[in-house]
Amino acid sequence: MTDAQAAQSTVSADGRTIGEVVMEMKNITLRFGGVVAIKDISFDIREGEIRAIIGPNGAGKSSMLNVISGFYHPQEGEVFYKGQKRPSMRPFEVARQGIARTFQNIALFEGMTVLDNVMTGRLNHMHTNMVQQALWWGKAQKEETENREVAEKIIDFLEIQAIRKTPVARLPYGLKKRVELARALVAEPSILLLDEPMAGMNVEEKEDMSRFILDVNDEFGTTIALIEHDMGVVMDLSDRVVVMDYGRKIGDGTPDEVRSNQEVIDAYLGVAHD
Amino acid sequence: MLYREAGDFKTSYSADSQTFPIRFDRWGYYVVLALAFGVVPFLINDYWASAVLLPFLIYAIAALGLNVLTGYCGQMSLGTGGFMAVGAYACYKLMTSFPDVNILIHVLLAGGVTAIVGVLFGLPSLRIKGFYLAVATLAAQFFLVWLFNKVGWFYNYSASGQISAPTREVFGIAVTGPEASAAAKYLTCLSLAVLMAWIARNMTRGSVGRKWMAIRDMDIAAEIIGVNPLAAKLSAFAVSSFFVGVSGALFFSVYLGAVEVTEAFGIQKSFLVLFMVIIGGLGSIFGSFAGAAFIVLLPVFLKNVLVGGLGWATDLAAHLEIMILGGLIITFLILEPHGLAQLWRLTKEKLRLWPFPH
Repeated sequence: MTDAQAAQSTVSADGRTIGEVVMEMKNITLRFGGVVAIKDISFDIREGEIRAIIGPNGAGKSSMLNVISGFYHPQEGEVFYKGQKRPSMRPFEVARQGIARTFQNIALFEGMTVLDNVMTGRLNHMHTNMVQQALWWGKAQKEETENREVAEKIIDFLEIQAIRKTPVARLPYGLKKRVELARALVAEPSILLLDEPMAGMNVEEKEDMSRFILDVNDEFGTTIALIEHDMGVVMDLSDRVVVMDYGRKIGDGTPDEVRSNQEVIDAYLGVAHD
Repeated sequence: MLYREAGDFKTSYSADSQTFPIRFDRWGYYVVLALAFGVVPFLINDYWASAVLLPFLIYAIAALGLNVLTGYCGQMSLGTGGFMAVGAYACYKLMTSFPDVNILIHVLLAGGVTAIVGVLFGLPSLRIKGFYLAVATLAAQFFLVWLFNKVGWFYNYSASGQISAPTREVFGIAVTGPEASAAAKYLTCLSLAVLMAWIARNMTRGSVGRKWMAIRDMDIAAEIIGVNPLAAKLSAFAVSSFFVGVSGALFFSVYLGAVEVTEAFGIQKSFLVLFMVIIGGLGSIFGSFAGAAFIVLLPVFLKNVLVGGLGWATDLAAHLEIMILGGLIITFLILEPHGLAQLWRLTKEKLRLWPFPH
């Protein structure tokens, strides 16, 4: 990261502070055998912003998210996190660095209650050892209560109090998505990755989810990187947008810049026929 | 008064997450415990101890152990018999090498030894899952039984190849060996079973338990929110084997007194405990006890009814017993695949609303 980039701290129109670059992807190339999923892509995510990644199906968006969360290891290129080059890491190590995510097809723990699911999001903040837990004495109990308080704040924030003791398997789709957001959020991540947070939702649920995403960003200052297909939502929510097509980056900039980019229009947005 | 949550307000998070949130339930368990500790020891006789109570309590500990591994962490294991044998032989070696140390410490240490062995045999779980892991643990079962048969050091080179428990005392009262009374044996097993259930409950409600359940429900998601799958799976193997080892130690030292490894800890033991866990309910502490009770008590009950009550021939009754047990297991699994614990849970949910279900 250069000094010039670090200095670019801006305050956006609605008063949020967009800070320096927190994550930078440099010339990432990811191959599966002969298939090139991501080809030489570079972009950055700045602190406090909502960064969208869009593109047609199969463009490599989810692969990109998987590279960020340590699930795939790119053959070429480097990931810089908080100014430091990130070595090759297992996903749980990435999570411990403060990167949380949700999944395209909900990946909740179906056998557990909503509360337990949210509490698993706090695991990286819980450090008592097994013996302390087995005896449930002092420290283990105190830690549990402290983390429960944080979990309850997020449960309040996302308005899922009424279902906190319900097994996740019994919940409808929209609520599951919200619980998954809660689980990611409760980890107090420095970057929150959302893989199609609004897929399969109706308009009302989409509006709810958009509001929650904006609130999260606003209230906790969480940096958010999201993949979404609903262009209206993307253009409204995000500060900057990366556009991918066939593993290449074809556009990067504010929603307005992207919307008027001819290559993006050809590949993805299309033109209105009236 | 009745089975209600109403009026029983929780004012702290620790009160909200307690084991028995409903007062009636809580008191029910206290009463059961008080009876088990205060009344049963005075009524118990050798028949009740050796046919019903001791096997129930000891198998309940084994079932708790397997439930931690299979029910909570989702790792299949068919090595329970082998791990019980490790507990038994470790206990035997400790008892004969250090005769002055308290037997209870030996039993717990035997659990510790089994935990280490369990972790070793749990290592393949990082690469293989489900049925394949079950087959890998089967290797543990056969290897361990073979080992205890083959290597004379484990049974102190006794001519018969058996191990037999010398008399050991707790607070001056014999709990192992031929002089031990039914009440003393019972109280030893009961205390350990209660202790183990309490530990299992504590571990499964805290962050360790959530790690296990996260691995069980979706290992990829678990890893992405920060669970180290290696540590989580191996800790489940360790804790599970500890429980199984303790039960094996008790099975040998307190219950049977003398065992021969192939006979006592063969593959059928692994299946028996697995049945208990499945029938009782995967991922439930109560289910471990319920499953153990079902498997241990039902044959005794049927025998009493058929032979004692109806006066049938013993061999006919014995065959019918197996058929009825098998039939009941299948019926149960069809009616309620999540086991007795789920039935109990549903009953409790209904009870909360009774008598006004709407």
